[in-house]
Amino acid sequence: MLLRHTPKEISERKAVTINPAKTCQPIGAMYAALGIHGCLPHSHGSQGCCAYHRSTLTRHYKEPIPAATSSFTEGASVFGGQANLMQAFNNIFSVYNPDVIAVHTTCLSETIGDDLPQIRKKALREGKIPDGKYVICASTPSYVGSHVTGFSNMVKAMTEFSESTGKKNGRVNIIPGWVEPCDMEEIKRMCGLLGVKSILFPDTSGVLNAPLTGTYRMFPDGGTTMEELKATGDAVGTLALGQWCSADAARQLDKKNKVPATVLDMPFGLAATDRFVDALRTIAGVTVPDELLTERGQLVDMISDMHQYLYHRKVALAGDPDQLISMTEFLVSIDMLPVHIVTGTPGKKFEKRIREITADMPAEVNVKAKGDFFLLHQWIKNEPVDLLISNTYGKYIARDEDIPLVRWGFPILDRQGHQYFPTVGYKGGIRLLEKILTALLDRKDRDDEDKKFELVL
Amino acid sequence: MRKVAIYGKGGIGKSTTTQNTVAGLVEMGRKVMVVGCDPKADSTRLLLGGLAQKSVLDTLREEGEDVELEDIRKAGYGGTWCVESGGPEPGVGCAGRGIITSINMLESLGAYDEDEELDYAFYDVLGDVVCGGFAMPIRDGKAQEIYIVCSGEMMAMYAANNISKGITKFAQSGDVRLGGLICNSRKVDNEKEMIEKFAERLGTQMIYFVPRDNDVQRAEINRQTVIQWKPDAPQAGEYRGLAKAIDENDNFVIPTPLEIEELEELLMEFGLMN
Repeated sequence: MLLRHTPKEISERKAVTINPAKTCQPIGAMYAALGIHGCLPHSHGSQGCCAYHRSTLTRHYKEPIPAATSSFTEGASVFGGQANLMQAFNNIFSVYNPDVIAVHTTCLSETIGDDLPQIRKKALREGKIPDGKYVICASTPSYVGSHVTGFSNMVKAMTEFSESTGKKNGRVNIIPGWVEPCDMEEIKRMCGLLGVKSILFPDTSGVLNAPLTGTYRMFPDGGTTMEELKATGDAVGTLALGQWCSADAARQLDKKNKVPATVLDMPFGLAATDRFVDALRTIAGVTVPDELLTERGQLVDMISDMHQYLYHRKVALAGDPDQLISMTEFLVSIDMLPVHIVTGTPGKKFEKRIREITADMPAEVNVKAKGDFFLLHQWIKNEPVDLLISNTYGKYIARDEDIPLVRWGFPILDRQGHQYFPTVGYKGGIRLLEKILTALLDRKDRDDEDKKFELVL
Repeated sequence: MRKVAIYGKGGIGKSTTTQNTVAGLVEMGRKVMVVGCDPKADSTRLLLGGLAQKSVLDTLREEGEDVELEDIRKAGYGGTWCVESGGPEPGVGCAGRGIITSINMLESLGAYDEDEELDYAFYDVLGDVVCGGFAMPIRDGKAQEIYIVCSGEMMAMYAANNISKGITKFAQSGDVRLGGLICNSRKVDNEKEMIEKFAERLGTQMIYFVPRDNDVQRAEINRQTVIQWKPDAPQAGEYRGLAKAIDENDNFVIPTPLEIEELEELLMEFGLMN
């Protein structure tokens, strides 16, 4: 009972977060940067920041995460980090030779007021950034927002390279948001089925789910190329998946290159995937191909086959806003009851949106943005649930309260598969449902008395 | 919209000069926003009639991150928008970060958007460019023109020279330029000539010489700008002149800061001329 000190009674807390449901901005910025082909993320701050961010990503993806650091010392804190970053450009381009360096700030460099675009301009003028090489800059102070904000800021920074030639290229920009590499692959597969020519950015597929070949490559084949990033300015439209992760970048492209933006929910579950497919279908001007219809039908089939085991099961959720919105909608649509929902990322809109989705649900709903796992645990003590869906940090609650746990979200530090089996789209919906059913039915098999123990479920 | 930052040594009269000049610009029909970047939050006192307004950072502290533009922006004399960045209590926290936070917040809330139809945004920044935070108003895309308030006193010129160093750094890689020195007279010997020469050495101009007049003090006690308190006072005319000079200014340069020896020579030359 590692969390035995968590009291059932909820008292108002203002000054303390316990077991946060979020992490640092730069982790998101680093993950997004890895979705650019030939890109080395660079952490402008002290070494410890960079080490933590890399190791968190490594623990989740089980891949080495290359990233450089400005390696601030006492001197850099006093005099500013410009000299360190200039030296870093020299070293990185001569030693590792990436196509792109994606620099993000840290709490320290933000607080001392380092101005990345100014340093980049100086470096350009002094020839420290070779021809044909690029530097992306994103401001990511961790005391604002969360890892989701950092991801969004880095993706927004990528739009700086978009160019308008005045001639549309017939492609559609898709900003997938913070999803797994396999999810990005799945989104591209769905676009392919519909005949939509897409530019997906960022795209970590082929980077963070690369095979073990015996040869280490710092820059694998995957990732959005700079040519593709430039071409986003000539696209016919942008589909931004997720208000928190992707909308800022899409709006920026709209503002800068007049590429019309559509913000959709992330395509998790039936309805959100329907909306995504519908948007793609409209843009491409095609009818939905049979292959996708079959996948959809299979998901519906599984929902109806197993509905009895899902009906009115209470679920607690913790994770990031965009993912939770789609997941809540999915759970409500299959007659489950998501009763406790918490994210660590701030944003009052989140609570409003969840309230809208759960408005007709026959149960009270607790929802909080800027919440934490401690609060979620307290809610569960007051109103027990049948299932917890969260990242790995939920396992302490699951163990103490003896609740089945489906690991979904970031980070997953103790199980495998999330890099390879997508949860977006219809196929991903089947995968999600399979995980939920397995957890519920394993529990049923464990708990059922001998006389009720069934062979066939 | 022109974005203007006013720098200068502490106590030189930046806030007073800024607000009086803004009053002059308002008379000319300009729409102005004044952003006080001083933890003391006294940059808009004359425009607001002494009403100490709630600063951006106070609002942030008390109401959390969901702040509305209306919470932090007040209408002052002649329809000017007044914002005080504010800051931590003396001796704690990081005032520089406070300025970064509040300018970012104003931007994200759309205070500079085109539909606000601003002609000018003035940043009134405390003292010297002592750290990255206090340089925020002159980062790329923020204020493009800087005026330094100074007098013929050694330390004021010393500070002006130092600020010029800061501007030079940012000007080399951005669009920020020095628009001139505003001499706020302390009745030092040969003050006008000395500042003119100093400005020339910096590669800029003395855009206006504001004579010393006790009406400024009287208007301050009345919590008003001179133009509002006594429109026909000679000093009101001076501020109108300064406003006009800024409005018509087209002399923007990357300054060439002096070595300390050169600065001292200048003082010797003019200070001991009689």
